[in-house]
Amino acid sequence: MAQRLKPVDAVTIGVGLTGSLAAHELTQAGLKVVGLERGAARFTVPDFQSPAIHDELRFSIRKGMMQDNTKVAVTFRNNSDETALPIRRWESFLPGQGLGGSFVHWNGQSFRAQVADFVYRTHLLQRYGKKFLDSCGPELTVQDWGVTYDELESHYDRFEQLIGVCGKAGNIKGRIEPGGNPFEAPRSREYPNPPMKETYFGAIFRKAVDNLGYHPYPQPSSNLSRPYTNPLGLKLNACVFCGFCERYACEHYAKGSPQTAILPVLLKNPNYELRANCEVLRINLDSTGKKATGVTYVDGAGREFEQPAEIVFVTAFPLNNVRTLLLSGVGKPYDPRTGEGVVGRNYTYQTTGGPTVFMDESINVNPFMSSGAPGTMIDDFGGDNFDHSNLGFIGGQYVGSIMTGGRPIEFHPTPPGTPAWGLEWKRAVARHYNHTISVQQHGTSAPSRLNYLDLDPTYKDAWGQPLLRMTFDFPENDIRMSQYIADKTVEIGRAMGGKIVTRGGTKRPYTTTVYQSTHNCGGAVMGDDPKTSAVNRYQQCWDVPNVFSLGGSSFPQNITYNYSVTIGALTLWSLEAIKKQYLKSPGAMVQA
Amino acid sequence: MADISRRTLIKATGAVGATVLPFAVDANETPSQALNEHNQVRTPSIAGANAGAGDPQRQPTYLFFNAEEAGFIEAAVARLIPKDEQWDGAIEAGVPSYIDKQLAGAWGAGERLYRSGPWQPGTPSQGYQLPFTPAELFRTALRVINQELSATPFVQMSPDQQDSYLKSLEAGGKDLGGVPSQVFFAHLWQSTVEGFFSDPVYGGNRNMVSWRMIGFPGAYASYYSLVDRHGIKLERAPMSLAEDAHGHIHVDAAIPATSP
Repeated sequence: MAQRLKPVDAVTIGVGLTGSLAAHELTQAGLKVVGLERGAARFTVPDFQSPAIHDELRFSIRKGMMQDNTKVAVTFRNNSDETALPIRRWESFLPGQGLGGSFVHWNGQSFRAQVADFVYRTHLLQRYGKKFLDSCGPELTVQDWGVTYDELESHYDRFEQLIGVCGKAGNIKGRIEPGGNPFEAPRSREYPNPPMKETYFGAIFRKAVDNLGYHPYPQPSSNLSRPYTNPLGLKLNACVFCGFCERYACEHYAKGSPQTAILPVLLKNPNYELRANCEVLRINLDSTGKKATGVTYVDGAGREFEQPAEIVFVTAFPLNNVRTLLLSGVGKPYDPRTGEGVVGRNYTYQTTGGPTVFMDESINVNPFMSSGAPGTMIDDFGGDNFDHSNLGFIGGQYVGSIMTGGRPIEFHPTPPGTPAWGLEWKRAVARHYNHTISVQQHGTSAPSRLNYLDLDPTYKDAWGQPLLRMTFDFPENDIRMSQYIADKTVEIGRAMGGKIVTRGGTKRPYTTTVYQSTHNCGGAVMGDDPKTSAVNRYQQCWDVPNVFSLGGSSFPQNITYNYSVTIGALTLWSLEAIKKQYLKSPGAMVQA
Repeated sequence: MADISRRTLIKATGAVGATVLPFAVDANETPSQALNEHNQVRTPSIAGANAGAGDPQRQPTYLFFNAEEAGFIEAAVARLIPKDEQWDGAIEAGVPSYIDKQLAGAWGAGERLYRSGPWQPGTPSQGYQLPFTPAELFRTALRVINQELSATPFVQMSPDQQDSYLKSLEAGGKDLGGVPSQVFFAHLWQSTVEGFFSDPVYGGNRNMVSWRMIGFPGAYASYYSLVDRHGIKLERAPMSLAEDAHGHIHVDAAIPATSP
């Protein structure tokens, strides 16, 4: 029997980016908040320190910072005709676990979405018409977000100031700025910090794309380019390019994260209580099913508790947000046969991949001198930045030279045709390691009525509850899109001086066995219509208005860019509305 | 034990490719001899033997593999990443010891492997779907391999024959006690790559040979002043986690391990 605890104003399920940010806003407004984190509490000192943190085997290969999949895994199948089986080892995507969540091991690649992204369906219909959109795939379920870029701009700005994003503005209030990204959505002001130093691979890429007439710019980064004090008074250091960022925590306080930018203030607030090692089993609803009464969780010792709360914030990794809603009966589950229901609908991913560019032996690339966001890149093929009328697909990708380190278990490229092992393999590795550049394609993932999340009928977690089941393959649209850009990217690789340039691009079927991206998106998407969205424009659940589901699970489809900064902006947007409107008059903030 | 020759021990146990001993005797014996030669551990000096035996970093003892298994693993990794005129290979780098330690520990026991049934073969997109832990997988497959090769053990084959046999495993289609041979080969290869390139604290990559071969500087923490010196050739020697004193256990109780 669960022990019933003293009620609080709000509880967050997960204490990563959205959980710590929401709790900060709420505690500042005077609410009593409990943060429930399934993983351990962990801090820059002593947990992230050298030498142990620079261990490729432990963190990159053995996935030391990731969700304990022996307790909670995800099952997967490419389509509804197959039987989903557990992803028994994380490879394709890597949800984090522990205080700070995935926002500890992220790379710090810090983009805003574009104006058209938030009104994607409206934009595509206006520019190309319904016939064109239908021709890209009748199964596609592209939709608007219910919130616009203009509404989010000040929240983007605030979030960038909080984590100290470095970059060069390409568009300030509609004025195109030299050196920045001319395709960038208009910003109210410059980035908080200047761009990071350009790497050698970045400079080689810049020269090539300049010659090809594209528009290179420095990748916006939350690995800091200089010491910085954020608006909460927290001091971050300059990144030293150690080359251990993605899949690692930062030992230097140089990466924007809950640990560096939020938690030191939040944890001192008497209105806040962190409870680590606590696994939330479900959100509890009252007899009407329209109001949440709190959550039930199990602590590290296996003791079950009921934590009553006025508001429940679902603030876990996107896949876990969707699973929590499904396990709790919040919102109607999506049924792919009828197209009805919303929870699990519009699950999307990210199209990635790109060529490997083998350079002359005289070029010392030094890939290990790097940060998590060291790229020089172009957006000429991003989103809807180019005319799609005659292309037969929607969407796009950024292209950049982004090498986040040279850690050799993962990175030891050999040209096509090299034997897979043996003496020739070894000599090829020695020849090419420091003379090879990876070029990244990274972009949109279109939603399909065939791709969704639900509860697995067979496989269970450590507490006996169903695992989340993922049914996903890339729509043909995304293959056409990514292969079109693969051609352009090969040209760039040759212009970089590549002696051998492989060809990238996304292929079907999607496989869980190769790392692609941890930008799992959607499944509890935001929108204006309760028939096609699980949450309203404030990420408030339509059916249970005192439950808010925050984060990447709210994206109706995935954008060109890495999603973390947009998640931060959406969180602040929702919290502002909650403080201004909901707390004064609890209930649905948008009438269905 | 110092006066027992390796050949004697092998005869006594009937094993070929037995556990690496702290001293070498017969250069024609098995690939494990190369390791001993490379490390220049002298035979049959009592002092030398003791020095080797007392230093597990230099002469590790197998914790997981039995003698037959070790024989195959040593000979196989010597073909997967061979020594050449310039750089040591997997044997010299201690890869068998790395794999042994991994299989003897948490990884071998199924660390970070979701292990609930029901079990059924999946599609390639669904990844590994066998009930075997890595330790069970190696043990099961190696037993079948060594039985199959009992007439001519792998270690006694010529390098070309060894390569052909490894390629036959890699190509798949052979059932190794329930382990498809290509799955075993993939595990063997991945483990070999890990042992060759991971930090030497895990028992492989001795003398940071792979890092020196490719020019990876290891666990250095900063390139701030170098990153914009485009194309420079970094000449400094690589660094292991073991070279950072903060990570060490201090023998003297008065010195806290968490200094400074």
